[in-house]
Amino acid sequence: MRAWDPRIEEMPKADLATMQYRLLKTLVYRLYSFSPFFHRRMEESRVHPDDIRSLEDIRKLPFMYKRDLRDNYPDGLFVCTQDDLVRYHVSSGTTGKPTVVGYTERDLENWTASLARGLVSCGLGRGDVIQVSYGYGLFTGGLGLHYGAERIGATVLPTSVGNTERQIELMQDLKATAIACTPSYLLHMGEVAEKMGVSIKDDTLLKVGILGAEPWSEQMRQRIQEWLGIRAYDIYGTSELSGPMFCECTEQKGFHVWGDLAYVEILDPETLEPLPAGERGEMVITMLQKEALPMVRYRIGDISAIDDSVCACGRTHPRVQRITGRVDDMLIIRGINVFPSQIEYALMSIPEVGQHFQIIVDRKGALDDMLVQVEVKKEAFSDKITDLMSIRKKVEHKLKNILNVAVSVELVEPGSLPRFEGKAKRVIDRRKI
Amino acid sequence: MKENKFVIKQISVFSENKPGRLAAIARALQEEKINIMAFSIAEADGFGVVRALVDKPKKAHEKLGKLGFNVAFTDVIAVQMKDEPGGLYETARILGEGQINIEYAYAYSGKEAAVLILRVDNVEAAIAAIQRGGGTLIESSLFQ
Repeated sequence: MRAWDPRIEEMPKADLATMQYRLLKTLVYRLYSFSPFFHRRMEESRVHPDDIRSLEDIRKLPFMYKRDLRDNYPDGLFVCTQDDLVRYHVSSGTTGKPTVVGYTERDLENWTASLARGLVSCGLGRGDVIQVSYGYGLFTGGLGLHYGAERIGATVLPTSVGNTERQIELMQDLKATAIACTPSYLLHMGEVAEKMGVSIKDDTLLKVGILGAEPWSEQMRQRIQEWLGIRAYDIYGTSELSGPMFCECTEQKGFHVWGDLAYVEILDPETLEPLPAGERGEMVITMLQKEALPMVRYRIGDISAIDDSVCACGRTHPRVQRITGRVDDMLIIRGINVFPSQIEYALMSIPEVGQHFQIIVDRKGALDDMLVQVEVKKEAFSDKITDLMSIRKKVEHKLKNILNVAVSVELVEPGSLPRFEGKAKRVIDRRKI
Repeated sequence: MKENKFVIKQISVFSENKPGRLAAIARALQEEKINIMAFSIAEADGFGVVRALVDKPKKAHEKLGKLGFNVAFTDVIAVQMKDEPGGLYETARILGEGQINIEYAYAYSGKEAAVLILRVDNVEAAIAAIQRGGGTLIESSLFQ
């Protein structure tokens, strides 16, 4: 199948922009009229729905923040009655209160359609068996992919997370052709499979991985593809947007953000001015059709760049490059901004060390001290201390080159660093400031 | 490389430099009833390499590997030395004159004589040099 919804997915850019403007205008009138929160925010920013006269006028609208969701816990931002809600999801809330998201029937329909388009765009469809190894329940990943996969006529294997040996057995026995999970969990599965004497590359029919819910690098994609013999696609979303929403197509050049559902701005994080296409900045998202929990100019906190040219796959909707960091994941080490994703990128190019790592930040005297622990691979282990020291030097050198800040590296035993089944937590910050 | 009866398979284990790691290795060997004939720890910043001559190297490699340790076999040679002043000098001189570099060494005082275990840059050349210089090499079958 070429596309799930070719009329929308291959819509000429000018028509798409007109559609977006129309949707934005409707959204703003609706929120001004029915949402006390948005009404107040717009009054404060001295903007009236009549002031929105072009798509670019979106910049007149005030921003939304994660804290707005927390401050209005649980449902203060909903723009519908409970009668209209058909589902809740709740995010884990690692930094405070959890956030609650609600869905109308139409919200679920748009979410499912978004994923149906994405799954078809990476070559899946009827006849595929899609193993959904994202958590089911309050987390959006499991149920989101589940309904998307059913919609395109694929067979769903709803394994959820955990019990990895069983997952591998089922992957073989039920001939899964695709898996949806976090990239770190897939790496974990690959390791567990090898211990069981199963090669995912040779002993399963797996051909596609739909990987997301945490940042990962291009190098990690190459490693996964080579090692596991699959094509690995990035998928993006958060519960505020509905859940996992936007997926890469077979071109693997960034995930398509469906313009009829969302409008993306990339802004300079300092000046908040829009950046030209291709430049990295803070991503700000407006969901154009969400009913229950509208998100307007939401500062999601992810750093990326946009490519608005028509994709080689024929889709006209803009592509956003893989997330290269989070505004709030960013570590400041001796005044220099460091993203854990940069460390991952550096390590992936060094064959002697494994793909897992942990960052420990501490303060020695007045100085920040960053220690990166990496596992020495079995193949790279040498009896000679000097060889091991040179591996360590190599990693330190590479990290220094990429991060512009000196870090110390500790070689640890293989398998000793924590594995993550959900979102990877790779930073331990012991600084007391 | 053809099997040389003087080449001994030493096991080398990567270990983090923290309490309990040596105990974990030693316990694994005890469980398999493997005897350690000689051993040493080389220490670097934050990690170390435990090296040992054991009576069942294959079994030791398998067991430690299964426990997740990074294990490797390393070819070493064992030279018998006189347990008296000048004993070490004799062996070291032969290797030095033969232009053989010692990468590391450790020794123990055995029942009959002292034994020097050596990892050298060229095992074959070292064996030849020691035999030419009148030194006594210990066959691997005596350990394993």
